[in-house]
Amino acid sequence: MMAGARLEPLPMSGEDPVGDRTAMVGMAGALCGMITIRCSSAAAAKLASLMLDGTAAESPSTVGDALGELCNMVAGNFKSKISNLADHCMLSVPTVISGGDYYLQATSPTESFQLPLKYEGERVWIALTVHE
Amino acid sequence: MRKIRVLIVDDSSVMRKIVERSLRQAGLDLGEVLEASNGAEGLAEVQKGAFDLILSDINMPAMDGLEFLKNLAGLECAKGVPVVMITTEGSEARVVEALSAGAKGYLRKPFTPEQVKERVTPLLVGAL
Repeated sequence: MMAGARLEPLPMSGEDPVGDRTAMVGMAGALCGMITIRCSSAAAAKLASLMLDGTAAESPSTVGDALGELCNMVAGNFKSKISNLADHCMLSVPTVISGGDYYLQATSPTESFQLPLKYEGERVWIALTVHE
Repeated sequence: MRKIRVLIVDDSSVMRKIVERSLRQAGLDLGEVLEASNGAEGLAEVQKGAFDLILSDINMPAMDGLEFLKNLAGLECAKGVPVVMITTEGSEARVVEALSAGAKGYLRKPFTPEQVKERVTPLLVGAL
């Protein structure tokens, strides 16, 4: 598979995601919102290295590119599993944020679901934010 | 048997490497592998030289994969070159649109080298 990473689910704690790498893919159409993956630079580099078959992903742009592509695959697989969503919801190309000191503000009310995971001791959050 | 010349069109450099690796793991004897980061760059590469196989992402900035495919259809030098589309979306409508526009197959991310072999090898019979 693309990464072959086994991520271990963590208990829901209500803790806000942290980490200085965030990849996001927007959704528009029958469902509007976004899917994000947030983790530390170290975790992002490990995931990128896995995707590159063990080759160290040293360049920050390569690490960001890999995290964006992972987010793209998560978003694509999410919408393909929801009935009628596949053909009625478009995905944006991925965007990656470097740095952790930011706050996302939506222009309309949203609901959010966060899934905390662990990969090689590093926390990784996958979040779905949907506009109501 | 000669080596095949491949064009990989994807806005993600990591994905382009993964596609190339998957083609090699699928047992294809690759010659020159060229890359383009969007449909417009892909068209420019096609006009510069002949390919045996083109793999293209659908969702890309500048010129997406479907637009690339439609433009390819108008190029004499691209006639008969099999194009395989790569998508994450699972949208039947977009896959049908791609196949109607001339794509010979599609791969859904994430894919395995076995799936690449299954989809791509039959398309190369005439090329080798």
